[in-house]
Parts: sequence; C-alpha cells; structure tokens
Amino acid sequence: MHWLNIIIQGVLTGGLYALFAAGLSLIFGVMRLVNIAHGDLIVLAAYLALIVTTTLGINPLLSIIIVAPVMAAIGYALQRTLLNRTLGDDLLPPLLVTFGLSVIIQNGLLELFTADSRRLQAGPIEVDSIHVAAGLAVGTLPLIQFTVAVIVIAGLQAIFYRTAIGRAFRATSDDRAVAQLMGLDNRHVYALAMALSLAVVAIAGVFLAVRANFDPSIGPARLLFGFEAVIIGGLGSLWGTLVGGVVLGVAQAIGAEIDPGWQLLAGHIAFLVIVAVRPEGLFPKVQG
Amino acid sequence: MSAVHIEHATPSSRIGTAILIALGIVLALAPVWGGRDDLRLLAEIYSYVALASLWNLLAGYAGLVSVGQQAYVGVGAYVLFALTMLAGVHPLAAVPIAGVFAATLSVPTALLLFRLRGHYFAIATWVVAEVFRLLAAQISILGGGSGTSLPAAIVTSMAGSRTLREFEIYWVSLALVILVVGAIFVLLRSRYGLALTAIRDNELAARSNGVDVTRTKLVIYVITACGTAMVGALIFLQKLRISPDTAFSVNDWTAFVIFITVIGGVGRIEGPLIGTLVFFILRQMLADYGSVYLLMLGVIAIAAMLQAPKGLWGFAANRFGWQLLPLERRVAPFEISKTSSEN
Repeated sequence: MHWLNIIIQGVLTGGLYALFAAGLSLIFGVMRLVNIAHGDLIVLAAYLALIVTTTLGINPLLSIIIVAPVMAAIGYALQRTLLNRTLGDDLLPPLLVTFGLSVIIQNGLLELFTADSRRLQAGPIEVDSIHVAAGLAVGTLPLIQFTVAVIVIAGLQAIFYRTAIGRAFRATSDDRAVAQLMGLDNRHVYALAMALSLAVVAIAGVFLAVRANFDPSIGPARLLFGFEAVIIGGLGSLWGTLVGGVVLGVAQAIGAEIDPGWQLLAGHIAFLVIVAVRPEGLFPKVQG
Repeated sequence: MSAVHIEHATPSSRIGTAILIALGIVLALAPVWGGRDDLRLLAEIYSYVALASLWNLLAGYAGLVSVGQQAYVGVGAYVLFALTMLAGVHPLAAVPIAGVFAATLSVPTALLLFRLRGHYFAIATWVVAEVFRLLAAQISILGGGSGTSLPAAIVTSMAGSRTLREFEIYWVSLALVILVVGAIFVLLRSRYGLALTAIRDNELAARSNGVDVTRTKLVIYVITACGTAMVGALIFLQKLRISPDTAFSVNDWTAFVIFITVIGGVGRIEGPLIGTLVFFILRQMLADYGSVYLLMLGVIAIAAMLQAPKGLWGFAANRFGWQLLPLERRVAPFEISKTSSEN
C-alpha cells in the first residue's frame, strides 16, 4: 500500500510535468522551436497569478481566467516581434534568443519581486484528500491538477485535429512553403501557436504556484522536466507528453522515497536511460 | 610538379599575429605593471576567452550546440578540490589531471548524447550537467549541497608568499588560455581543421566528400571537455570556494559564454576574443546595476543575434577580409609556379 501511494503521487505530479511539456511540444511540433525560456515563462505566469490573486482577492485557481489570456497575448507579441525572426535552418538563433529571454525574465523578476520564495494560497482545498481504500488517500488538489492536464491535452488534441487553426498548424508543420502558397500567413500561424503554448504555460504556472514555493530562479529546472517529458513521450505526440510526465513523476517519487537527495536525480536518470534505449521516445510522431 | 601551393597568411593576419605576440608579452609582464585587482580581472578575462573559444570550437565548427558545458567546468573544479583535499595533490598538478578525468568521462557521455540531434542534443547536454550537479551535491566529504572551501594549508603550500602565489596563478591562467587558443589554432590548421571547416559550412557536403563527421565530432567533444575542465579547475582554484550551484551554473559557464561568442562571432577563432572584451567592458560599465546588468546583457545578446548574426568579427571579416591569425587557405598558384620552375 505504501508503494502504491507513492506511485499514485508520482502519477499525479506527472500531470503537472505534462502541462509543462504540452506547450513545448506544441511549438516544437509546429515550428521546430525549442524555447529555452519556457520554464521562466511558467514562473512569470506564477508571478502574474500572484499579482492577480493579491489585488482581486480571488482563489488562485480562478486567476487562470485572467492569467491565461495575458500570457497568450505575450506569446503572440513575442512570436511576432522577436521569435519569427529567428526561425530557419540554423538552430543557434532561436536557442540564443530564447536563452537571452530566459536571462531577461529571471533578472527582471528578481528586480521586481526579490529572490524571496512565494506561494499562492488556495484555501482548504490544498490539504483536502479523497479516501480511496484503507491506507490509500488521494489529494484533491493533485487530482484536480492531473484532471486539468488530461483536459488540456485532450483540448489541444481536438484543436489540432478538429479545427481550422489546427489544420493550419499541421500544414505549416508539414511544409511551410506550401502552406504559405495555400494562403496561410506563417507569421500569424506561428504567433497563434505560441499564444496557445503560453496559455497552457499559464495554467501550468498557476498549478506550480499553488503546489510549491517558487522564486525567480526555478524556471530552468521546469524547462528540463517539460523537455524530458516531451522526449520520453516521443517527439510531436501530445498524449505522449502525458505518458512522459507520468514516467518522470513516478521516477522522482520513487527516487525521493529511497533518499530525498535522489528525487531529481532519479527523474533525470530515467530520462537518460530512455535516451539510451529508445532515443525517439515511446510514441514518436514527427522527426526531430 | 607543385604548381599549387596553399598560403595561410594575409597582410592582416601578419599584423594580427604581431599584435597578439606583443600583447602576449605585455600581459606576461602584467605582475610588473599591474596591481592585485588587475591580475584578478585579467585572469578572469582569460578564463572566459578560453571557455568561449572552446564552446566556439564545439558549436561554431563541429556544429555541436551544447548548453551544458557547465558540466565540465564543474567536474574540473570538483576534481581539483577532491585531489588537493583528499589526496594531497599539488593544486597546479591537479589542473591537468582534471582535464584528463573530464576527457575520460566525456567519452561515454558523448556516446549517449550523440543519440540525439540538434535541439534535443542541446537540452540533453543540460540534463547531463544537472545530473553531475546533483551527484556533486551527494559528495558529503566535499560539503554536499552547500559546498566547501579550500583549506588554507593547501593554498599556502603553493608558494612562499601571497604575492608569489597570485603571480603563479596569474601566469598559469595566461599559459592555459594561450594553450587553449593555440591548440585550437593548430587543430584548425591541420587536416582536422579542414574537416571541421567543411562540417561548419555544410555537414552533408562534408560527409559526401569523405569526412568522418561522427568521429570528428567525438574528437572535438572530448577535446572541449578536457579544456573546459582545466579552465574550470583553475577558476575555482582562484575562487577558493566551491558549491554545486556555482560550479555547475548554467548562466555563468554557458549562457554568458554563448553570449560572448555570438557577440564576437561564431565559427571564427577571433570571435571569442572580441566578444570577451565587449563582455568585460560592459560589465565594468554596468557593474553597479546588479541584476539589471544581466538583463541588459540578455538584451544585447538578442540584438546582436538579430542584427549581426555573424558577430562583430564576422562583420569585419566579411567587410574588410580581416583575419587575426593565419587560418585561411588561399591557393597561390602564380608566384609559386615561378619559384617551382626555378627548382
């Protein structure tokens, strides 16, 4: 029962990692861009949620309604003004520019909010749990978080395969020149993809802020978790990111149980083992 | 028969080489003309020139864009602390051992990382650096997560007086940067250099002309790891204090190094020299602003990448055909055919 508990905790944490990963996977799928600032944008969303909840006095989970559109607007503007100019065959420009963004966001947040740890208070829901069986309880908040992750991924999947904009995403992903000839404005399509990605980032940022303490420096580690989930799941597969997140969450939970110092290490090692055994991931869809 | 001859030197490279030699002599005499702070600043500049030159070799020439070179800075630093504190090795002797250790470690690491390409390779190098950082935090004899300081006895054993010790570290730093840049120069002049330049310009074309791309990349990865670890060992010998977070810092040892190289010019041996100068001039100007300075640096790096993707030196080289070191290969058939006919 003890280990079952630990594995369930890991699975539910994996939902959060899948939220980190879904946004990364989306933009990589559409425009082959790896956003080094992804983790810092998650932290930025957490700080936006902090501002919204403290000024309006609403529940942090409700703040998503405001934070998600704001982050989406930031994403659209960022892609239109900056990131579109870095796309091409060379992988250095996007890498360097998003690295620069990462440094800018970290130090900007440090300047505005200091290095103090913050946390969002979500009320009694934080400690609530659902009793499943004797000795087995599931936290309400982790369960909500995992459910939201599933809904977000199902939603992205539906947008990708059922809507006109999803068709545009897939068309530009397959062949940007032909998509342009068919009348799509790639710059706009890419900006919409980034907006969608950062809307997901906003949801991830709010859950991160409710679950744990955050400060301006924790972004890069979230980037790595998200990235690892993307690769474990298989390039370009949205449901794969959920599986990847779960693998990572369970590995960390088991590692933490053996020795607290091994929590993060176990996750990274699980990732490297999968790279060694199956570098294309568990459910690959597109070629990197 | 030798109708075709390859020339490397150009007028600008003759001037450049003369300037570099003169600069080397002036810098070697820095303990005579400079104060304690000057020496410390210069040694730090040398570390960044060396780190950026190595990253440039890796990413600019071999096309291996790594964002995890802090892995080897940290490994070098930890090996130095471990050898001196636990095995009683002389600190300066520990520097090359750190390089050999990192080179050995980099072979299995490369075999794993090379399974991923492009962006995925890049971020996986960062994961490896994180693994090294977390493992270093498990070494309780070196202070675990909070790190440790080099005991005073080890520091004083290096030389008789503090001044002499500072001179010693300064000269070793200068020697190391000359060694690193010199080794890269020799490498680029060799057949490997030709293979590397071919890979830099077009990997597919290089492969189809018979360049063993994977092997060349592996060799470069191992050489870079070795050099980076030696520089890392020396940096932390000067800091005298180590912790997993500082030794494996992605911002200090990778982000800034990439910014330097991009501002100076990727894929050119002169790029890191120019980039480091710009980096330190900015730092001296903006040092009082703390985190705003780092923010500005991010802005400048982005602007440089968008406005001058080949960097300052790339711009100068394209515009004026300059080169500081004789690296170009120019076919000089005409004069040579005259001299060869005299033979």
